[in-house]
Amino acid sequence: MSTVRGRPSVLAEPHPYPGRLITVEGIDGSGKSTQLLLLDRWLTARGFPVRFTEWNSSRLVRRAMKRGKRKDLLTPTTFSLLHAVDFADRLTYQIVPPLKAGMIVLADRYVYTAFSRDVARGVHPAWVRAVYSFAPRPDLALYFRVPIEVSLDRLLGGRAKLKYHEAGMDLALAADPAQSFRLFQSRVLDIYDRLAGEFDLRVIDATGDIPSQQKVVRRMVQEVLRGYTRPPTVGRGNGARG
Amino acid sequence: MARAAKRGKQWYGEGLPYLKTGSLPGHLIVIEGTDGVGRSTQIELLRPWLELEGFAVSNTGWTRSPLLADTINEAKAGHELTVVTFSLLYAADFADRLEHQIIPALRAGFIVIADRYMYTAFARNMVMGADPVWTRHLFGCALMPDLVLYLEIDIDALLPRVVQGKGMDYWESGMHLALGNDIFESFQRYQRRLIEEYNVLAREFDFVSVDARRSIDAIQGDLRERVAAYLAGARRPPAPPHAVPTPNHRVRHRG
Repeated sequence: MSTVRGRPSVLAEPHPYPGRLITVEGIDGSGKSTQLLLLDRWLTARGFPVRFTEWNSSRLVRRAMKRGKRKDLLTPTTFSLLHAVDFADRLTYQIVPPLKAGMIVLADRYVYTAFSRDVARGVHPAWVRAVYSFAPRPDLALYFRVPIEVSLDRLLGGRAKLKYHEAGMDLALAADPAQSFRLFQSRVLDIYDRLAGEFDLRVIDATGDIPSQQKVVRRMVQEVLRGYTRPPTVGRGNGARG
Repeated sequence: MARAAKRGKQWYGEGLPYLKTGSLPGHLIVIEGTDGVGRSTQIELLRPWLELEGFAVSNTGWTRSPLLADTINEAKAGHELTVVTFSLLYAADFADRLEHQIIPALRAGFIVIADRYMYTAFARNMVMGADPVWTRHLFGCALMPDLVLYLEIDIDALLPRVVQGKGMDYWESGMHLALGNDIFESFQRYQRRLIEEYNVLAREFDFVSVDARRSIDAIQGDLRERVAAYLAGARRPPAPPHAVPTPNHRVRHRG
C-alpha cells in the first residue's frame, strides 16, 4: 500500500522569471478589484508592460462551471477542481509566458482564494495545497482585509442580490442570503487571516478610503519593482503592428 | 490491501472530509488495462452474470461524468490542454462520478464496476512526464477499490487487436507526445511505455492480473472466478480490527 507523500511546492520559493507577479486577495466586497484596476492604470501610464488576469475566467471550463452551478451539481471537491483547471489554463497561457517575457502580471485572486474558500466549503487544506503546488509564488500578494458587515454593505449597495456561491448558499448554512453570506464569509475571513502568516500575504486595511489604500499599494509595488528591467518595447515604428 | 473481507472502505488520501458517507456495504470493483485491451467487452459480460447471481450492478467509466464529459471531449479536439490541465479535468470528472454515482451506489449496496480508475491517470502521467507525487495527491479524494482486475497484455498481442478492431486513435497513440510521425510507431512506443507503468502499479496496488492475450470467453471465465472468490471472502465475518492495515484515513461512519 502506498501512501501519498508530502512535498514542498514551488509556492514556497521565488519564481525564476524576469517578470513580476502581483496578486490581490480578499473576500467579496473588500475592494480588491478596484485597487488592482487603479494599480493597472498607474503602471500602464508609466509605460510598464502589464498583463491582467482574473480568477475563473478561462473559456475551458466556463460551460461546465455554468452547468454545474445552474443545476446545483457542484460539490466542494468538483467546485475546487474546476477552479484549478481554470487556474492551470490561465497559468499556461496568460501568466507564465508574460512572466518569462518580463511583463508585470496582475492577478485578481490567486491560489489563496482556493486555500480559503474551498477549505471553508470543507475540502482538506493539505489536499487543496497539493492540487495547486505547481503555482509560482507571487512577488507581492496583497490581502485586503475588511470586516463582513463592511463588505456586505458594499455589495448590497452596488447590486440588488448576493450571488449564490458568493453567499455560500450551496452549504445551506442559513436560508437568508445575507445571513448565509455572514456565516460563510466569516469562515473565509478566518482562514485568510491564517494564510497571511503562512504565505507572507501583505495585509492592507480595506476599510480606509480608496486613494489612501492605493497609495499604500503603489508604495509596496515600487519596492517589488526595484531591480526590474523592462523588456524591449514593441512600438508602432518597427512594423510590429499593421 | 487485503483482498478478503474488510471492515470498511478506506480513502486513498485525504478523502472527502465534508461528506457523511454512512456505511458503504456495496463493492467497488475496478477494471484496469490499457487502451483496446477489451475492458468494455468484459464489463458488458460481467454485468448480466452478476445480475443473474442476484447482485445489483452500477457501471461507471472514465470521462463519463455529466458535469465534464463534453468539456473533456471538446478540449481534446481543440488540443489546447497541457498535462496539468488534462489531469485536473480527469480528477474533476472522477470526483463528480465518485460523489454522484459511486458512493451513492455503494451506500445502496450495489456492486460498482468502474471502467478505469485513478491508476489510469497514474500510468498516463508517468509516461507524459508529469510529477507523479502531484498526480497521486490529486486523487486523494478517491475510495480504495475492493478489487482491481487488471487485463494484462503485451504490446505484440495488443497491436493486431487494435489494428483489426477500431483502429488507432490520436490520443491512444500518444501522438500528442510527438514520438514520431507514423501513428503505428507512435502507438507502439506509447503503449509499450504505458503497459510498463501499469505493470509497476499492478505490483504496488495488488491488482489481480488476468492474462488478456486469450479469447474473450477465457478472459471472462477468469474474471468471474476472481470476482466470485472476492465476493465469497467479503461475506465472511469481518477480520478483527488489529488485522486491518490502516495507513490511510478511514471512511467515517456518521449520520
